[in-house]
Amino acid sequence: MTKLFIDKSTTGVVDNDRFLRVQMRKQKIGAVIRYFILLFCGLVMLYPLFWMFSASFKPNHEIFSSLSLWPNEFSLDGFINGWNTGTEYTFGRFFLNTFYYVVPKVILTVISSVIVAYGFARFDIPFKKFWFVTLVATILLPTSVLLIPQYLMFREMGMLDSYMPLYLPMAFATQGFFVFMLIQFLRGLPTDMEEAAMIDGCNSFQLLWYIVVPMLKPAIISVALFQFMWSVNDFLGPLIYISSVEKYPIALALKLSIDVTEGTQWNEILAMASIAIVPSIVVFLIAQNYFVEGITSGGVKG
Amino acid sequence: MSKVVLENLTKVYSNGFKAVHGINLEIEDGEFLVVIGPSGCAKSTTLRMLAGLESISGGTITIGDRTVNNLPPKDRGIAMVFQNYALYPHMSVRENLGFGLKLAKVSKEDIEKQVNEAAELLELTPLLDRLPRQLSGGQAQRVAVGRAIVKRPQVFLFDEPLSNLDAKLRASMRVRISDLHNTLKKTNRSATSVYVTHDQTEAMTMGDRICVMKDGHIMQVDTPANLYKYPQNLFVAGFIGAPEMNMVEADLSRNDQDEYHLSLNEQGLTLPAEKAQKVASKFASDVVFGIRPEFIKLADDSSPQGEVVKGIVIRMENMGAEFYVHFSVDGEKKEMCARIPSDIVEAQLWNSKGKEQLFHFEMSNAHIFDKQTEENISL
Repeated sequence: MTKLFIDKSTTGVVDNDRFLRVQMRKQKIGAVIRYFILLFCGLVMLYPLFWMFSASFKPNHEIFSSLSLWPNEFSLDGFINGWNTGTEYTFGRFFLNTFYYVVPKVILTVISSVIVAYGFARFDIPFKKFWFVTLVATILLPTSVLLIPQYLMFREMGMLDSYMPLYLPMAFATQGFFVFMLIQFLRGLPTDMEEAAMIDGCNSFQLLWYIVVPMLKPAIISVALFQFMWSVNDFLGPLIYISSVEKYPIALALKLSIDVTEGTQWNEILAMASIAIVPSIVVFLIAQNYFVEGITSGGVKG
Repeated sequence: MSKVVLENLTKVYSNGFKAVHGINLEIEDGEFLVVIGPSGCAKSTTLRMLAGLESISGGTITIGDRTVNNLPPKDRGIAMVFQNYALYPHMSVRENLGFGLKLAKVSKEDIEKQVNEAAELLELTPLLDRLPRQLSGGQAQRVAVGRAIVKRPQVFLFDEPLSNLDAKLRASMRVRISDLHNTLKKTNRSATSVYVTHDQTEAMTMGDRICVMKDGHIMQVDTPANLYKYPQNLFVAGFIGAPEMNMVEADLSRNDQDEYHLSLNEQGLTLPAEKAQKVASKFASDVVFGIRPEFIKLADDSSPQGEVVKGIVIRMENMGAEFYVHFSVDGEKKEMCARIPSDIVEAQLWNSKGKEQLFHFEMSNAHIFDKQTEENISL
């Protein structure tokens, strides 16, 4: 709040003080209303998550019969049985499976997207505008459109029932959204540092490695984080390419317990779902600061 | 040897805009050349072409005895200091200084030695482990200069290095850079420098020579003193000097006795013999008459006839030791300005605002420009 300095001899001190008090009160009331609305919206959005978490501690019959978030009969059966799954593998196996393709996917995405974005943002390539429009067009293309031709392609290559179809395309910067995001971020960075480095003796790759990548760090972390969360949650990809149970990732494993048992054990599913979101939440919390910087400063002069 | 020669240097942008119109410039070994001009005069473009950051559309650039037209920046033997410092934000001052050497695969001990040497020279030693964001503007600029020195280049390029600093710091950095240039020269290190600026104080105080540019052309290259005393054209005359040179349109005429008269509307001025001689060969009747404010005095009995003009005082600005007295000459729209010592103003001009006053124009220091060609015909 800005302080008002009013000449005491003409207006009187009392008026000034009262004015300030009224202003303060108005601001306090405003803040209370604001926080109340925010808190309410936040709770509404978090409720399903709380519900899932609490339901995983309830016995199966209680889940749909009570609204209370606090279990009447506290039970860990959901976690124990869920972890053991109905198959010969424990849920830990499915966890590992997920990371087997998510980690290479994230790494390949970051490397390829950064290189392509650097090219777009800093080099004069023939027909650059055309390529850029093409890139943006691929963002608008629904992924399901590509599923059948891609499936046929990977079948010809003999890569079905392996993780290759899930991460190999990422090595070619196929996710236009990330490339686009990095290009916008790069455009906002001043080129002086790169020019200085060129004079200092950097070639294009040294420039990328020593100067551009460190400056791009917030955007790179955002890309990695988005890709990580989307990949862990991806259901369609594994569903199409992975057929043997021993290679199932979490997303498919959760589905597994829905159709193999006759009466669905919801507490097991919810318990495993609760565990399944832990990596995403942990990764997000670790990278939170960079993440926010990365998505907000893209396009703004750095 | 690190002489720099620009020959017929041209820059045409892809949209057809011609930024640099075939300029020729020689910069001697160890010289400090300041390039000055209004914004958009292509002074930075020229510097960037010299650095290799901008492609060349025509002409040649020679540094030392090599033509560097097609060499990448790193092979040109140059170092550049940027306007906004361009320090690598994720590296400490030490790493910033040593980065160029590291890329050149210099041994760690040598890097350490040279970095420390430069740091000492610029009083950066206590700051070596800081990051650029922990530095003040002046410190950051010193690091930027240090980064250039460490490389031991043949030529230093400065692109408006002081324009982001406040006035006081700018003054001290100005002296520092000049001193540094002299130190390097004394220690026999190559110190040819090209310094781009739009600040004429920097140009006048730092440059061995000044190159004045306008719209991609070089208007004049000369020492600061000559540029001030003998401007070759209207642009240089108006650009150099503060307050600006007074310039009014006038008619020049010659009589039977070979005397030259300038008429500012009703009033006449006579050119002294030595000026008249010079004007004779390039005579033009439509001219611009120019005189610097310090060569206008209050007229007294000793003022020669033909150098006295009547004016009306419009306003007086107190500068401390002197006053800027603004006056209008009858019939002229443009105000003129005279620099008159405070004691004279206090004795003779007090309360003279709005009143008529006789001014003495020292015609031997006046300049006559051809209105058409804008050239100085009185040199």
